[in-house]
Amino acid sequence: MYTAASFAAGFVFGLGLLVSGMANPAKVLGFLDLAGAWDPTLALVMAGAVAVGAAAFAFMKKRKRTLLGAPVLIPSPRRIDTRLILGSLVFGVGWGLAGICPGPALVLAGAGSAKGLAFLAAMIAGNGVFEFLEKRKRPVAAPAPHA
Amino acid sequence: MSIAWNAFTPASALIGGAIIGAAVALFVVLNGRIAGVSGILGGLARPQAGDISWRVAFVAGLIAAPLAWGLLAALPEIRVDTSVPVLVAAGLLVGVGTRYGGGCTSGHGVCGVSRASPRSVAATLAFMAAGFATVYVVRHLIGS
Repeated sequence: MYTAASFAAGFVFGLGLLVSGMANPAKVLGFLDLAGAWDPTLALVMAGAVAVGAAAFAFMKKRKRTLLGAPVLIPSPRRIDTRLILGSLVFGVGWGLAGICPGPALVLAGAGSAKGLAFLAAMIAGNGVFEFLEKRKRPVAAPAPHA
Repeated sequence: MSIAWNAFTPASALIGGAIIGAAVALFVVLNGRIAGVSGILGGLARPQAGDISWRVAFVAGLIAAPLAWGLLAALPEIRVDTSVPVLVAAGLLVGVGTRYGGGCTSGHGVCGVSRASPRSVAATLAFMAAGFATVYVVRHLIGS
C-alpha cells in the first residue's frame, strides 16, 4: 500500500513538473537569468506548489499517524550550518549550469532525453562521491548521526 | 532586467505547481514523508532492508510520468542547450551538493518552504542565489 502510494506521489510529481515547465531545462535557465530576458514562470510554479503543500503540512501538523496509519517522519532539525549552506550553494551552481535539478533529471530520463540521462548518471556518481567521502570520515560501521 | 512576456506561461505554471503540491500532499498524508527527490534517490546509495521499495516506487513514478504522457499526447517542449561535458559537471555538483545540503528544489524548496522550516528556507535562498549567480556568470560574463 505504501509502495503504491509512493509510486502515485512520484507519478503525480512528474506530471506536475511536465505541466509546469520545470522539466524543460531551457525554461528553468530563463528563470535563473535575471539579467537577461527574465521568464518569471517558475516563481508561480513555486507559489502553486507551496500553496497546496502548506495546506497539507498544516493538516498533518498535529497528527502522529498518516491516513494509512504510517508514522509521520517529518525531520525537525533547525540548525543552519556550514554544511547546509555550502552544500546548497554547490547544488545551486550545478542547477545554474544545467537548469536541471533531481526531480526533472528523472523525468528527462523517462522522456528519453540522452542529455538528461548523462546528467542523471553524473548526479548518481555525485551521490557516490558523497557516500565515499562520508564513509572515509566515519570509518568502521559507525551509525550515521541522526539529528 | 527585462521580462520575457512571450515566454511567460502563468496558467500552466500555477496548475503544474498545484499538481506538484498535490504530489507532496499525497506523500505526507499517506506515507508521512517529505517528497524530497535527492534524499529519496540518495537513500538508495546505501540501501537498508525495509527502506528500499517505497524509494524505488517514487523514483519509478517520476520516470513513468513522461512515459505515460507520451502514450496519450506529445510531450511538452524539453530543450537542453547545455553541452554534455558541462551537463556532467553540473550533475556531479548537483549530486554532491544536494546530499551535503540535505535536500533540493523539492525537499527544501517546496516541502521545506511549505512548512516554514528555517533550515529549508536558508537552503532555498542559498541555492537560488547560486543559481542566479551561475547563470549570470555563464551568460553575461563568459558570454556563451
